[in-house]
Amino acid sequence: MGPEGLIDAIRARLGEAVEGVTDSFGDPVLLIRPQDLRAVMSALREAPFDYAVLLDLTCVDFAAAEGRFELVYHLYSLSRNVRLRLKTSLPADRPSVETVVGLWKNAEWLEREAFDMFGVRFEGHPYLRRILTYEGFEGHPLRKSYPWRLEQPRFPPKDEA
Amino acid sequence: MSGFDFLTTRLEAALGWGRKFSLFHYPFITACCGMEYMSTACAHFDIDRFGAGLTRFSPRQADLLLVVGTISHKLAPVLRTVYDQMLEPKWVIAFGACTVSGGIYQNYAVVQGIDRIVPVDVYIPGCPPRPEMVLDGLLKLQDKIQHQKQDWRWARKD
Repeated sequence: MGPEGLIDAIRARLGEAVEGVTDSFGDPVLLIRPQDLRAVMSALREAPFDYAVLLDLTCVDFAAAEGRFELVYHLYSLSRNVRLRLKTSLPADRPSVETVVGLWKNAEWLEREAFDMFGVRFEGHPYLRRILTYEGFEGHPLRKSYPWRLEQPRFPPKDEA
Repeated sequence: MSGFDFLTTRLEAALGWGRKFSLFHYPFITACCGMEYMSTACAHFDIDRFGAGLTRFSPRQADLLLVVGTISHKLAPVLRTVYDQMLEPKWVIAFGACTVSGGIYQNYAVVQGIDRIVPVDVYIPGCPPRPEMVLDGLLKLQDKIQHQKQDWRWARKD
């Protein structure tokens, strides 16, 4: 299944969930509606697509854009040796999307990182809390709206925590 | 013996002299400044010439805390614990721009100067500081120790 066949197969299977298709250095990039993300992911996880590996999950803050937070998923298929990138845009006021922890175990930490740095909520995540910063940290530091030089509360010592 | 059978001094001066030439230091090294610390501590520049050559890897045996390298917010309580474990009298040297002010890391993750966590006696700026600057800082600390009020346990606490 080449790239064109793959996109046709995905479109046939998922229909209007795919908002657009582009290309990045030979690898297909799909733009997905946020409410269909989980369904798309579970379809791609199974045969015939068989994307067994979630390589990366990250977020981009386009401060001025309408769909402000863009989640980026990188998938890799071991059996077919191909990569796929999926993007979905979330609104600024309440960025929220369904979790993919049930499909790829490593999404647990990747989603926690996206939550910590950008404040994106992953509905259904088993343990959504900060991973790189600490409890008591205010705000989400990789948002464009995060004030530079913001003083954070001190990380508490163990016996005071 | 030839005319040097005794000498007179003040207890304060003798204590200061003894303390400034017997600094046992604890290197709290987290980043690239550690290379300059190693260069300073080893034979080429040799801080042992100034009586600070004995490195202790337990804070309970040290009286000079060398904070070398970037201190993040998550590391801050560890540094504070190490400082609290040291016995009096104790001194702290902030080694390098990161410990002095956060250095190039003016961001959410890094403590903007370790004097927010522990009291600092001598600041050595530079990214990293050259070994000559470190030795200069050490000499300044020795000068400070010599001239500060010496705290000793049998002094009367009035």
